[in-house]
Amino acid sequence: MSCCAVGPEMAPNVDRSGCALPSAEELWLASRSLGGGLRQTDLSVPGVHCGACITMIESALRARAEVERARVNLSSRRVSIVWKEEAGGRRSDPAEFMQAITGCGYQAHLFSSGEEEGDGLLKQLIRAVAVSGFAATNIMLLSVSVWSGADAATRDLFHWISALIAAPTLVYAGRFFYQSAWNAIRHGRTNMDVPIALAVTLSYGMSLYETIRHGEHAWFDASVTLLFFLLIGRTLDHMMRGRARSAISGLARLSPRGATVVHADGAREYRAVDEIKPGERLMIAAGERIPVDGRVLSGSSDLDRSVVNGESVPIAVAAGDLVQAGTLNLTGPLTLETTAAARDSFLAEIMGLMEAAEGGRARYRRIADRAARYYSPAVHLLALLTFIGWMLVEGDVRHAMLIAVAVLIITCPCALGLAVPVVQIVAAGRLFQGGVMVKDGSAMERLAEIDTVLFDKTGTLTLGEPRLVNADEIAPGPLAIAAALAAHSRHPLAAALSGAAGAVVPVAGDIREIPGAGIEARTGKGVLRLGSRDFAGAKASTESARSEVVLSLDGRELACFRFEDRLRPDAGEAIARLHRSGLSTGILSGDHEPVVAALAGRLEIARWRGGLSPRGKVEASAAAAGGHRVLMVGDGINDAPALRAAHVSMAPATAADVGRQAADFVFMHQPLTAVPFAIETSRRAGRLIRQNFALAIGYNLIAVPVAILGYATPLVAAIAMSTSSVIVVANALRVKGAVGEAKVLYPLLDPPGATL
Amino acid sequence: MTTLIYLMPTALFLEGLGLAAFLWALKNGQYDDLDGASWRVFDEGQGFSDDDSGAAERLEKASNAN
Repeated sequence: MSCCAVGPEMAPNVDRSGCALPSAEELWLASRSLGGGLRQTDLSVPGVHCGACITMIESALRARAEVERARVNLSSRRVSIVWKEEAGGRRSDPAEFMQAITGCGYQAHLFSSGEEEGDGLLKQLIRAVAVSGFAATNIMLLSVSVWSGADAATRDLFHWISALIAAPTLVYAGRFFYQSAWNAIRHGRTNMDVPIALAVTLSYGMSLYETIRHGEHAWFDASVTLLFFLLIGRTLDHMMRGRARSAISGLARLSPRGATVVHADGAREYRAVDEIKPGERLMIAAGERIPVDGRVLSGSSDLDRSVVNGESVPIAVAAGDLVQAGTLNLTGPLTLETTAAARDSFLAEIMGLMEAAEGGRARYRRIADRAARYYSPAVHLLALLTFIGWMLVEGDVRHAMLIAVAVLIITCPCALGLAVPVVQIVAAGRLFQGGVMVKDGSAMERLAEIDTVLFDKTGTLTLGEPRLVNADEIAPGPLAIAAALAAHSRHPLAAALSGAAGAVVPVAGDIREIPGAGIEARTGKGVLRLGSRDFAGAKASTESARSEVVLSLDGRELACFRFEDRLRPDAGEAIARLHRSGLSTGILSGDHEPVVAALAGRLEIARWRGGLSPRGKVEASAAAAGGHRVLMVGDGINDAPALRAAHVSMAPATAADVGRQAADFVFMHQPLTAVPFAIETSRRAGRLIRQNFALAIGYNLIAVPVAILGYATPLVAAIAMSTSSVIVVANALRVKGAVGEAKVLYPLLDPPGATL
Repeated sequence: MTTLIYLMPTALFLEGLGLAAFLWALKNGQYDDLDGASWRVFDEGQGFSDDDSGAAERLEKASNAN
């Protein structure tokens, strides 16, 4: 994100990153009433990582009179605050909680509560695991008694009790599989759940029949244990997604929730973005993002458009200029007239492009589903053939049926159902430690297949923060003066300038910032000006690929500072690692061509395109694909359609909300080595999944003949099933390997002042 | 055999209690923040006060070690 770094005199409601904190109105809007004069606000605090953080934040909040309860959740990195609407006779101001948290040195921000779905399903799954586990242990105890030689009447009693326990379990815990299998069959497809549902139902029916007939063998334990194992796999799969979801939704939203509307009579009102209509007037303070497309009525400022179109240099706007939603207003207050409602803004156009871009995600079929396409018909055919074969040999329907059921149970994809999710959740845990979030398992499968990596430039290969490049050509005197002047501005170039100078000598005199132009100081020696070449009054020079700032005294140029965007740490190493592992790379940027060309040369990336529109990015990545599988790495709103269209996609945590939602992976740390790290981990996970499949197939090769020949008693089936599952899980744990990457996920903010 | 008549229901009832206890704990949100719970063990009721910076430092060290 190209949030400006902090100047020495920080505005009170600006956090360390220089982003404006949400206003009190916005926080009121986001809190929910609990009744009885209490309200609850949930904030995301991505920086908490240990017990000291918990107590620090909680005690800071509890010290406030209006706070009823405050609790930090370290797993989801959130704090929920329950507060009184009125305390000590005044209306509470939720913005003060924010300041209390930032006062402890943590960033806090709002997140959309709409991203909370899926939690309910996880709870249901865990309950189902608990119930099926309870049933499985009980039935197994009874079955062990039967296998140890319980005699006729006792055996029947035990079978009946097992049947009673198993029936509700199948309905309660098996419903996930029945629903999914029914869906697949209804659409004429088949998936892993079809053989599972069939095996479980058939084995229960057969066992019940045997129990009624005082038979010797019953399979209740097998059918319930099967459900138990498979539900574990399913729950792990779901947990992985949930964890990444909560971590990603905890990041700062770059689109504001609302804006201050000015009515014709001058009254001001804070309104949610969705309720802003075209033709209304908005006040945008410096440091705020622009909520909807509009035209500037009055005021002038610099806009940072890097998130919107990848331009690394801010542009100056004045009355009459059109501005796009999502751009960051840097230096001066603006009054806008909105030209479009939120749903018709530039963002909406991007959304349209995204829907049109049919991505790898939609086309891709999970490994397990592809295996199921061959697996389930094979299993069903085998069971049917076994049944027919025994009918021909013996002609006893009941015996043939028993053996067919044994085949179904022993081939049931217990190990297969665990093979993929366990590997993926271990791999996701490893990625999480390295600071990479995975949205779902299929993303890892897709990432293991890619052969081309395309990068966006601004904010992805670079940090979107300019850096002074010609400091050694400049005398220390002018540099110190320029830095002192620059300390008064939030413009990113000014921030880079004040950061480049070691000591800042304060300049005495009347200093003011002229938005869209620069800073002027009237001192005893004359008028100092720091800003664009036109503003500083120096004569124009040749156009260079870098942005520049000129310092002048009474129109005479004292120094010219040149800047360029700072590369992400380890970018060179990351690209080299990608090349070493045989991947080709390219750059797709919306920035001007010379800037892109210079960067591509530095990183030794052969293929690059500059000046691309969002649509152009999609087309360019499609052209680059041409039979290849592409990983797109990007952060801007303009990258979102290309992220969606690519086979698999990745975004930094500082990406725009739209970009983060379109990406399959989100990396939290600054270094670009997260990209090769994620690819290597995914490939390793892919290898282990294939190994697990091989193990499962090998197990079936041994077990199936045993079952077909009629030797698979319930005891043998139970042992075989458990053993294969344990082997597969043990193999999956090898993903852990040597974690050579960053161990500590948090604090996410590598250098102080960097932003999430 | 007769012992089974009351042993079986007893066993099932006790297991059922365990299951009910787990479901109750889940519903009560005791599994919502496992990472935080492992740290709260060290909290002695008044939080780590400012003058006890040693505790915070020890925690810091422990968190970097694991």
